[in-house]
Order: sequence, then C-alpha cells, then structure tokens
Amino acid sequence: MRFDQEPDGTRELLRVENLNVGFGEGRHARPVVKGVSFSLSAGRCLAIVGESGSGKSVTARTLVGLTGGRSHVQADRLELGGRSLIGLRDRQWRGIRGSQVGFILQDALVSLDQLRPVGKEIEEALRLHRWGTSRTRRQRAVELLEMVGVPEPEVRARQRPGELSGGLRQRALIASALALDPPLVIADEPTTALDVTIQAQVLDQLEATKRRGKALILISHDLAVVSRLADTVAVMNDGRILEYGRASELFAAPKHEYTKALIGAIPSAESRGARLSPAPRRVALGLPPRRETAGGPVLEAEGLIKRFRGPDGIHRTVVDEVSFTLGQGETLGIVGESGSGKTTTARLALALAEPDEGAVRLAGQPWTGISEKQRRERRRQITVVYQDPLSSFDPRWSVGQVLLDSLSPTEHPSAAARKKRVLELLELVGLQEEHLTRRPLQLSGGQRQRVAIARALGPAPRAIVCDEPVSALDVSIQAQVLDLLADLQAELGVSYLFISHDLGVIHHISDRVLVMSEGRVVEHGFSEEVLTRPRHPYTQRLVASLPTLERPTPDVLALTPESRRSLGAPRARAVQAA
Amino acid sequence: MSSVFSAPSAAPPLAGRPISLPRWLRELRPGVTLASFVIAFFLLAVIAPSLLASRSPYAVDLANTLRAPSIHHIFGTDESGRDLYSRVVYGARESLLIGLGATGVSIAISIVLGVTAGLSGGILDGAISRGIEVMFSFPVLLLGLLFVAVFGPSITTEIIAVGIGTAPGYARMIRGQVLAVRGSGYVEAGRALGHRHRRIVRRHIFPNAMRPLVVIFTLGVGQSIVWASGLAFLGLGVAPPSPEWGALLNAGRNFVTQAWWLEVMPGLAIVLFALSLTTIGRSIQQKLEGGLAR
Repeated sequence: MRFDQEPDGTRELLRVENLNVGFGEGRHARPVVKGVSFSLSAGRCLAIVGESGSGKSVTARTLVGLTGGRSHVQADRLELGGRSLIGLRDRQWRGIRGSQVGFILQDALVSLDQLRPVGKEIEEALRLHRWGTSRTRRQRAVELLEMVGVPEPEVRARQRPGELSGGLRQRALIASALALDPPLVIADEPTTALDVTIQAQVLDQLEATKRRGKALILISHDLAVVSRLADTVAVMNDGRILEYGRASELFAAPKHEYTKALIGAIPSAESRGARLSPAPRRVALGLPPRRETAGGPVLEAEGLIKRFRGPDGIHRTVVDEVSFTLGQGETLGIVGESGSGKTTTARLALALAEPDEGAVRLAGQPWTGISEKQRRERRRQITVVYQDPLSSFDPRWSVGQVLLDSLSPTEHPSAAARKKRVLELLELVGLQEEHLTRRPLQLSGGQRQRVAIARALGPAPRAIVCDEPVSALDVSIQAQVLDLLADLQAELGVSYLFISHDLGVIHHISDRVLVMSEGRVVEHGFSEEVLTRPRHPYTQRLVASLPTLERPTPDVLALTPESRRSLGAPRARAVQAA
Repeated sequence: MSSVFSAPSAAPPLAGRPISLPRWLRELRPGVTLASFVIAFFLLAVIAPSLLASRSPYAVDLANTLRAPSIHHIFGTDESGRDLYSRVVYGARESLLIGLGATGVSIAISIVLGVTAGLSGGILDGAISRGIEVMFSFPVLLLGLLFVAVFGPSITTEIIAVGIGTAPGYARMIRGQVLAVRGSGYVEAGRALGHRHRRIVRRHIFPNAMRPLVVIFTLGVGQSIVWASGLAFLGLGVAPPSPEWGALLNAGRNFVTQAWWLEVMPGLAIVLFALSLTTIGRSIQQKLEGGLAR
C-alpha cells in the first residue's frame, strides 16, 4: 500500500505515512484514523471514499491542523512540499491554511460569513496573509470569482452569500480556497447538498483546478462523483484504508470485498431488479394478506394546481397542471431538483394540502374537496415516509409507542392483538423486539427509517408516499432500505409514490417516472424509456449531469459467503463505537 | 449501523470497568443532591421552623442591635436586635407561599392564553397576542401597584398581582412552543395517519410544548419572590414585622452601609432556593426525556 515513488513519475507534493488520529483520553480514548498512508502529486486528484464515521473527514482535517483540541495525531511522516507538518503550533498552522492548503467545506451557507459580501470574504483571506494592497486584493477577488465561472463577478463580489444560489455560493467558496494559490486543495463533500446540474458545474470547476496543476483531495461518499475526477482512490472504513490504487483499476476490478459491496450498493439503471445490499432476500412472511392487484388505480391526480403567496405578496405557482395515476402494486417515481414542486405534489397526494385547482381520487373515491372528517378513516389507505424520520417521531415516544399509534383501534380491538401486530410490523421491516423500548434518537439512521416504514405499514395501506426516504442515508444503508421497500412491495402489493432528486435511485426502483421542473411535469413514461432516451431538453440535461460509474459485471462484484454475512451491515462496528 | 443482518454485538469489556460502587452511589450527582438538601431545609422551615431556629423571630433585644454574624447569631442581628437567622427561617413560609403561589397563578393564566393563541391562529391569536403585548408594556411592579391599590395589601393580593404581572412572558413563550410543535414533522405524521385534531393536541402538541417550560417555571419561583419583595419595599406587600424575605431585604436597605448581613443573608436565601429549584427542575426534565435532551 506504500508508493515510494509516484507510479507516473510526477512530482510528489504530499506524503502521509502511518497516520493515526484518536479522540478522548484514557478509558474514553477512541481511535478514528488507524494507520493511514497515501501520497499525492501536483495536478493529481486523490479521492478518499467512505461512509459516515469512516474517518475520511478527520483524515482531511489533519492536513490543515483542524482536528480539535481533544485529538491526538501521530504519524511516521506527514509532509507537504517537503515540510513536515507534525507538531506544528497554532500560529504555524494558520500560515499553512489558505496559502499552502485550501479547504472547501460541504455547506457554503455556513462556511461563508452571512453578513459579508463574498468579494470581501476573499479579500479577507488575502489580507490575513498580507497579500497585496486593498486595491489589488479587490481586483484579485473579482478575478478569482471569474476563474471559478461566476457570471458578472463584479456584481457578485458585492453580494452576500444569502443572495446567491447554492451553486454560486459553492463556487465563491472554491474561489476563496484558491485565493492564495495553494498547491493543495481539499474538498470535503463539496457537492453533497447540491442539485445534480449544479453539482456538475462545481465538479467542472474542481476539474479545472486540477488542470491548473493543483493537487486535489476529494472527500466523498459518492463513488460516481469521485470516478469523474479521481486519479487515485482510497476506500476507507472504520478508520482504515481498505483499498488504495488507481481509480480506473479500482472501479473496474475492485479487490476488497467492502469496495465490491459499496459499488454494488449504488442504485442505477443497471441495478434495476437486482439486489443492492449483500443481505439475502428475506423469507416471505406471508402474514398480512396481499392486496388485490385487480381493479382501478389507487391514486389519480388530475390537473393539480397549487399556488403559494410568497413573502413579497406575489403568488407563485408551485405545482402547475400535474396529473398522474398510480396503479396497485406499482412504483411511480417523481424526480426533479429542489424547488421543482415534488414535495408539494406529495402533500397534495396525501391531502395534507388542498389543491387550488384539480382533484385527487383515492381508490376511485374523491380525496380532495371533501371535509377532513370524511377523509379521516380513509387516511389509513395512504401513508407516508419522510426523508428525516427522526423529526417525524414524537421525541418522547419509544419505537413501540410510535408503532402502536399507527394502529386502528377498531381493526385491533384488544391490547394483545395490537401487541401482536406491532411485533409483526417490526419483523416486516427487519427489526427485533428489543428495539420496541428504544427511542428513535438511540437508533441509527437506517433503523430509524425502518421504524418509519413500519409505521407507514401499520394501517395496512394501499399506497405509501415516500418523500426522499433514502436521501439522508449512507449508500450501503440506502441499499438495504431500497431492498426492503422492494421486498415489501413484492410481499404486500403496496404501491409507492416515490419522490427523489436522485436519478439513480428513481431509475432503480420506479416502474414509471414523472420528471418535474418548476412545478410542471416536463416528461413522463416508463423509467427505462424516459431515463435512457430522454426527449425533453430538461430531462436530457438532468441525465447528462449525472455522474455515472461504469458498473462492473455481477461476477466482479460477487462476494464470498463470509463477507456477505459480515458486510450485511458494513458500518456495524463504527456505530457501536460512536 | 447495527442492522438486522449484523452479528450480535460483543459483550462490553469487563477489564475497563472501575471499582464497582453501588448503583445509587455512582449515579448520584453532587449538584442535585446538594439542591435536594437545600429544598428539604426550606420545606422543614415552612412546616416546623421552631426545629431549625430556637430563638423567636420577633424577640427584640436592644442590647444587641446590628451585631455582625457570630457564633451566637450566625446571620447577625437587625436594628432591633432580632436574630436574623431565625427571621430568615420563619420567613420561609410566607416567602415560599408567595413564590409558589404567584408562579402557580402565572402558569395557569399563561397556559390558557398561550395554548389558546397557539392553537387557534387567526383573529383569536391576534387578539391574545396584542393583549399580551399591551400587558408587556406595563412594568410588573406597576401592575402590582394597581392591583394592591384596588384590593388592599395582603398576601393573596400580592400573589395574584405578581402572578398576573409575570404571566405575559410565559404566555408568549408557550405560544411560540405550541406553534413550533404544531409545525413539526410528527404532528403532520399524526394527521397523515388520520388521527383526530383533539388527540394530536393532547398526545403531541401539549406535552411537547410544555417540556422546555419545567426549568423556566422553577426559575420563575425565585423571580416571583424578588418581585414580591419589590412590592413589600413600596409598603404594598406583607406588613413590616413579618420576616418575609422581601420585607427583610427592604428593611435592611436603610442599614446597608453599617450592616451588610441584613442584605446578604436574606438575598442568599432567595438565590439559594431559586438555584436549588432550577437544578432539580433541570434534572427532572432530563429524567423525563430519558437522559437525552434534544
């Protein structure tokens, strides 16, 4: 795993050997990074890939001395441009940050000063390192903004972060990281919160940075994003680098079982119908009766229009002429970028908001335009799973209480029947009885989403509205949840209205798809057709922006039986430690 | 991420454990314990002050006026030679009655107003909110004055006056809490499950909106005592010979340059009591939330 000389003979800029980082003292000491080694040359990109808790961000922060006061950093070698970074004082680190290493954080909205124009922010970075005069600094700030592709840089330099769009903000952050022309740039999840088209623009900028001869360290959980930029890849899990090598080789023929599982977990067009997680298909329980698949559609929406009054008093049409039908046992995906009206459409489908025009019918009966009292009993036919399960649970309640709450007292009159049903629900989503008394806060993200799914199944609904149900999850957990949803549909014949911004997820799970943009449905049809041969320019742009990873053949990704078992939940150890 | 598919977790290592103390001793927190003792002391002072102080709080001893704290008079004596320690102990009954009573009145008023405003929205919410703002523009003391002027000075009047005076602040806080909880994901999830509005209010909105207020109310008790002392200072509270803490503070004000203890000791009693109540309130809150404050 050590390269004494860079394989392509380029000039080596950074060398890290046997890096160990731990937090806490004595009995509470917790190693986070364990014996990590890598090197990087100018004009190259190293991607550190891993799931949350893998230690990838801590590794990156070590290179700018930002691991915090309670951390212990040890390394055999930690050299940047021939200078050792071991045991530097705070003042020395400040000299390195910005001038030697530029650091780009995930969320530009919190990393930039809200009250300061972005131009001033960049000037400040220059001033701290005593660069130029105030006039040349102002010029430089505008140049930098122009360099990272910000249109009208003179105007933008005078705007505050809140006045800029997410993409412009992230580019302004990149500009400030590049201000002093540092030879090494570290980007920690630079595109995670961004829409796919914006993400493509930001990745373009990072690629340009690399072409200008900077060394780039890209930290990401997204293998597809990484595959676009990286020359070398380090796959991290539980503080260790499991696999390290050339990107092309690693993606085409992953050697480590964990890497294989990680690549296999990415939902995409090719993964349709296949399982994403290493865990086997669960044995069918055959408990609740499968719903009749015959009959009309479960949900019909006809010409839905919803307007909201903005703070400026102007009415904005958020959902504009949206129509769809959802058949029994079918998955209808709604894909679009933020602000496209997906979530409002979901709320209209759930009759949590009334459309201004148009109507929704549930199981052939009117669902909008009736009183809440008439709706109440029928609400059990359509339930919901949210993106953030934690906020959808009463913080005082245990898992058992949450699930009990979802049951109808008429369908389960006795306490014993209710208890039996709750256990049944837990088993359906793959949780155990021991989870009953836990609070959602004590569960992992994947377990919380399982509880949310169990609650949605509680009333034995015909349809479940899934609003970005896997967007906040790590890729291996996302894979498990998507597999679970597929299993449940096969067993129970439940329909999904599945909302996501992630084309890969939509392509993997949906039978049919609606593509939404600015409140309108720009294209709809079978997923295969719409997403592989998009006709509308917006869909074409969306599909083109999506970074894709060439999925190796199934036999390359095949796992040994042992690792299948141990990788059923690749993060098991990390969470117990947390 | 221990999921269904993960192997059972290993047993916790035994080697790292410290010497095993009894469970109750390990979980004992010094702050809470100390606070409990303070509260117990004051409760005993309310129930049976003669057990804690042997001297009478009213016995005048003109030979020993304005004595500094000593072994004979641990809190010192006042201008009439009365033992200050006895007066503080005997004053606990009236002071705590005023503090708890006024907070109780305040809670009752503010919950009704705050929850109604938060749940109703529209015109009713507007009316209550404006009303609260009008109340805010009156100083608590002025409102108390008005009340005492109409009904005459007595403990009851004082309790009601301070209770009404401090209610608007709490009412606004409760309204904000109710609004926040009403817009939360779990309330919408309850609606989506087809629960009645009444059930959602009872099971989600009310308890969650009240949760953060436990601590604030315990703080309010101390604050109420301070407000009541302000009224006493204006001659509108409890009558002078009474050893109520507020009255003690105000009586001592005239001698503050010669006898600091007349201010410090009753003040200390108020602070100590309020602090202990807050500490216990916070620990109760943590217990209610299962040790997981969000």
